[in-house]
Amino acid sequence: MNNLAPSAPLNADLFVREEDGKAQLDLVVEGMHCAGCMQKIERALGAVPGVDTARCNLSTKRVAVSWDNTKTNGDKIIATLSETGFEAVPFDAKLVGTIDEKESARLLRAMGVAGFATANVMLLSVSVWSGLVSDMEPETRSLFHWLSALITLPAVAYAGQPFFTSAWKALKAKSMNMDVPIALAVLLACSMSLVQTLQNAEHVYFDASISLLFFLLIGRYLDVQTRAKACSVAQNLLALRAVAATLVEDDGTTRAVPVDFLEPGMLIAVAAGQRLPADGIVVSGTSDIDTSLVTGESLPTVVEDGAKVFAGTLNLSGPLRIRVSAKDDASLLSEIVRLMEAAEQGRAGYVRLADRIARVYAPAVHILAAGTVILWLLLGAGWQPSLMNAIAVLIITCPCALGLAVPVVQVVASGRLLNLGIIVKSPDALERLADIDAIVFDKTGTLTLGVPELINKEEIAAADFALGAALARESQHPLSVALTKSAGVVSVPNVSDVTETPGFGLEAMLDGKQLRLGSRRWVDYEGEAAPTGPELWLKVPDNAPTQFRFRDQLRPDAVKTIAQLDRKYDLALLSGDTEQATRQVARKLRITHWDAEKTPAEKITLVKQTHEEGHTVLMVGDGLNDAPALKAAHVSMSPATAADISQTAADFVFQGANLNAVAEAIDTAKRARALVFQNFALAFGYNLIAVPLAVSGYVTPLIAAIAMSASSLTVTLNALRLSLRGRTS
Amino acid sequence: MDALVILIPVALGLGLLGLGAFLWSLKSGQYDDLDGAAERILFEDDTPSSND
Repeated sequence: MNNLAPSAPLNADLFVREEDGKAQLDLVVEGMHCAGCMQKIERALGAVPGVDTARCNLSTKRVAVSWDNTKTNGDKIIATLSETGFEAVPFDAKLVGTIDEKESARLLRAMGVAGFATANVMLLSVSVWSGLVSDMEPETRSLFHWLSALITLPAVAYAGQPFFTSAWKALKAKSMNMDVPIALAVLLACSMSLVQTLQNAEHVYFDASISLLFFLLIGRYLDVQTRAKACSVAQNLLALRAVAATLVEDDGTTRAVPVDFLEPGMLIAVAAGQRLPADGIVVSGTSDIDTSLVTGESLPTVVEDGAKVFAGTLNLSGPLRIRVSAKDDASLLSEIVRLMEAAEQGRAGYVRLADRIARVYAPAVHILAAGTVILWLLLGAGWQPSLMNAIAVLIITCPCALGLAVPVVQVVASGRLLNLGIIVKSPDALERLADIDAIVFDKTGTLTLGVPELINKEEIAAADFALGAALARESQHPLSVALTKSAGVVSVPNVSDVTETPGFGLEAMLDGKQLRLGSRRWVDYEGEAAPTGPELWLKVPDNAPTQFRFRDQLRPDAVKTIAQLDRKYDLALLSGDTEQATRQVARKLRITHWDAEKTPAEKITLVKQTHEEGHTVLMVGDGLNDAPALKAAHVSMSPATAADISQTAADFVFQGANLNAVAEAIDTAKRARALVFQNFALAFGYNLIAVPLAVSGYVTPLIAAIAMSASSLTVTLNALRLSLRGRTS
Repeated sequence: MDALVILIPVALGLGLLGLGAFLWSLKSGQYDDLDGAAERILFEDDTPSSND
């Protein structure tokens, strides 16, 4: 096995669930892209004896397999896929069938029913409308009205539920959302039409109420569907990084177990290159530990027997045996979780844009309706015509376009971002991102890649450099890899008898001389220079050791992106790393506000302070130490390489090496908000024309239907401009 | 008027049939993987595989 694999191989059988005597397993296969891949996977799995069904899902990039437990097992399934050329990772069954999926199926059913009812009621309504200009007999009209009622009332009762329950919830909590005026208008339109039908009147609004529901359900379904898609991508990312622990039994045998399975006192093995699955004490072994994901510090620490180590840190050089320690409340993780919970409560008060508008819109509309009744009563009309006109006002002002204004833009924006590798995780994330005017960055892993690069190549004599490269290419240690990479195609001397001592370094022979490359202990360095970052030392006999200095590599487009963002936003850099390392990065990126050696609690305080100064903050971070600040900020982003807990806390997750994703997401969010406002303006504009007609009693069902469809269509088409512009730029 | 007695039930019946078909297809999971369904038409075998 490659010793740089991110984790111990996961034992697939831990994720298998039993159903009807069949074993079932879901696998994430990120390499699945086309029909050819799907067919290869399904054929290969179908050929395994005992496999019952294998079905690919290209949308979620997962494969569902079920088999006879007596004939094969999960590991064989994964091995088969691996031979076919697809790397598969077991997916936790607990996450299958999440709420979003159930919600989207429910909305789709409601949409089907509403669509059926709309089509049929429209068929009848169009006949009535054309009958008005020709000479339809009142009996026929009445029959059509009764049929419409028969179709509409059950359909509204079923398909309107998502709106009714949401409106009821809002009213019960004494608040207001867009669903309240929607539900009210639909219910009023139905009951008024029923009364009209009983009285054999000319105008009924069944068509308006059901088509309204149909349009809104389309918007809502697309919204949930986009979120479900983003959610499944985010779940896949986490599944791909899932860490298994290698448990060492009393008799010395090892086996892979899920992290949840670990109990204090158990002994686990962590190979070089793996992340630590749990907090513990080192029992045997020496190694360097990269704690950057936990503390933000880029300089690895050396650990030996008896050292305390933390979950989430990366074991760089040598194999370790670790005794899992008890989960105590003083541990770093529980401190982080406590800070996150506290930070979360501060953000709960955010009200979405549509709901903020509803708070003004709904009362305004209701006052308008009340005014209409009074106006007509004063003009001497009877109770019934006055009420009818008021209800017509409520129907015509029903926020159909307003209800669509936000979701359609969200759908287009999230879809665009997903194509760019940016996952929008929370439903109101885009709205919050559009508010920001300040950005706080973490350093290690966020502005940098978390991959070391050599920085003092010029200072090293060519001969020494070649020797260093010659030794380095024999090793998989991250620093050796970085050194080999910077050497490129330089011809290097052939060294022999290479041995690697984990935690120390490499040793080799060249022309009878012993060469050493490794830590300062390894070369017995006794000089003064304090380590400033990750370093390697080369020792050639009779010479003073040569230092190779490394630095965490900046993201390739970091300088450009930061310069671009700096023009519009206040930027700050908060790092848990040393002052020197942070200053270097800040200077290179020209960020003037920076602070080093910050604890998670201090990061929260600084983010809150920026809020109090009147700024709205976007926090971009990846480490465990950033997670509380991610929750405390107005909105947050993290790279896909971030610690699990940070990814879960962040509103956006971006993939790939480019920092440009941050600028791209902000840009899309701002443009999306501009479109939402345009949509609101369009919807209000239509009301401006239609409301006077309704107040004066001139609105017929035909006018209502045309106005509603037209405004909904305009709003939807306007939202699509977001994807058009994205393609040309 | 006579034609309506036949035509309206027929129209409604067909509509209900369509709705029923939609609900059935939804329940049998045909909307679970829209991207995949679009690609599956390119599969080479003419006979449905035993896996379905």
